[in-house]
Amino acid sequence: MKILSEEELELKFQERIDKGEIIEPKDWMPERYRKQLIRMMSQHAHSEIVGMLPEGNWITRAPSLRRKAVLLAKVQDEAGHGLYIYSGTETLGISRDQVMGDFLTGKAKYSSIFNYPTLTWADIGAIGWLVDGAAIVNQTALAKGSYGPYARAMVRICKEENFHHKQGYEILATLMKGSKEQREMAQDSINRFWWPSLMMFGPSDNNSPNSAELIKWKVKKYSNDELRQRFIDRTIPQAENIGLTVPDKDLKWDEETRHYSHGEINWVEFNNVINGRGICNKERMKARRDAHENGAWVREAANAYARKKASKTKAA
Amino acid sequence: MSASEWPLWEVFTQRRAGLPFEHAGSVHAPDKEMALQNARDVYSRRGEATCLWVVPADCIVSPTPEEAGSFFDPSNDKIYRHPNFYKTPGANFE
Repeated sequence: MKILSEEELELKFQERIDKGEIIEPKDWMPERYRKQLIRMMSQHAHSEIVGMLPEGNWITRAPSLRRKAVLLAKVQDEAGHGLYIYSGTETLGISRDQVMGDFLTGKAKYSSIFNYPTLTWADIGAIGWLVDGAAIVNQTALAKGSYGPYARAMVRICKEENFHHKQGYEILATLMKGSKEQREMAQDSINRFWWPSLMMFGPSDNNSPNSAELIKWKVKKYSNDELRQRFIDRTIPQAENIGLTVPDKDLKWDEETRHYSHGEINWVEFNNVINGRGICNKERMKARRDAHENGAWVREAANAYARKKASKTKAA
Repeated sequence: MSASEWPLWEVFTQRRAGLPFEHAGSVHAPDKEMALQNARDVYSRRGEATCLWVVPADCIVSPTPEEAGSFFDPSNDKIYRHPNFYKTPGANFE
């Protein structure tokens, strides 16, 4: 068999991608492809895990048993989503411990949105409707990506995300039918979460260092700005439907493009938050590190128990 | 794998009796009981499975992509294994 050079392998790889073939774990892939996917997938998984914190904040204070049961199920789903993606990331040859280590030392990032606090019950509505709404737009696109295990995890997640999206909208719709204070609480929440939700799609296309490569490899199928636009277009009518407005005085329907045009995003704020200077960055990381350290004895005890049982079976 | 990391198990789910088992993903667990429980919690929160298999990941054997070509080759040239190889003038086989 002829041994192919690195360039030839890379060319063949790109041909497979261009033909729409899906890459599986044991296939040859450029080191950069592997690295970019590990970065993206682990970041995505960490976001699911950190995402449990702002919502977990309201489990004990949910306004009814129904809302509490729903929120518990949703937070459990987020843990599941994190695990689907961790499991996919490990197929790229990195261990779970390494992935977690990079997270806990702060080397790996997570979505900027979870560094905002959940101050009122309406924020649980806003997270479900806006944050999970943005996530659905993103993940539906990722489900068509070129790496098999990532795409399959996305398909699984998208199915569950629709429940998250709708329960959030239901919370806000209920508040908007309530008292003046409740309507104000819902609107205040949207005022705080609208722009951070738009930032979830990442930097603008002319300032997105990783995009070109990821699109060439079909890890991403659409650009950040395209997905952001798709989210805005589908969200504004939903807002109007229950009498909510978004805090963007430049937002308007453009009859010509058939899209909403929107005001400038505050990229200074975005960069501050992803670089650790958001409102809750320190609190979130501390919560994760504490959970990891406080759970260490459980992991060790389970290991010890398994070893003891295994040695007993051998002896018997 | 570090000393503290729990072993990896591959998870297969069967949606309902009569259907084949399908690979769902993987979980970490120290033993088979916890592997099953973790697999249920991660891959079947909405009745996606009526049965589960968990298999230690290092017990799974499969050909490498490099050898796949020659490995599967012997069956590729036997087109007479397919029904449309045969001429059945006029007869209805539907």
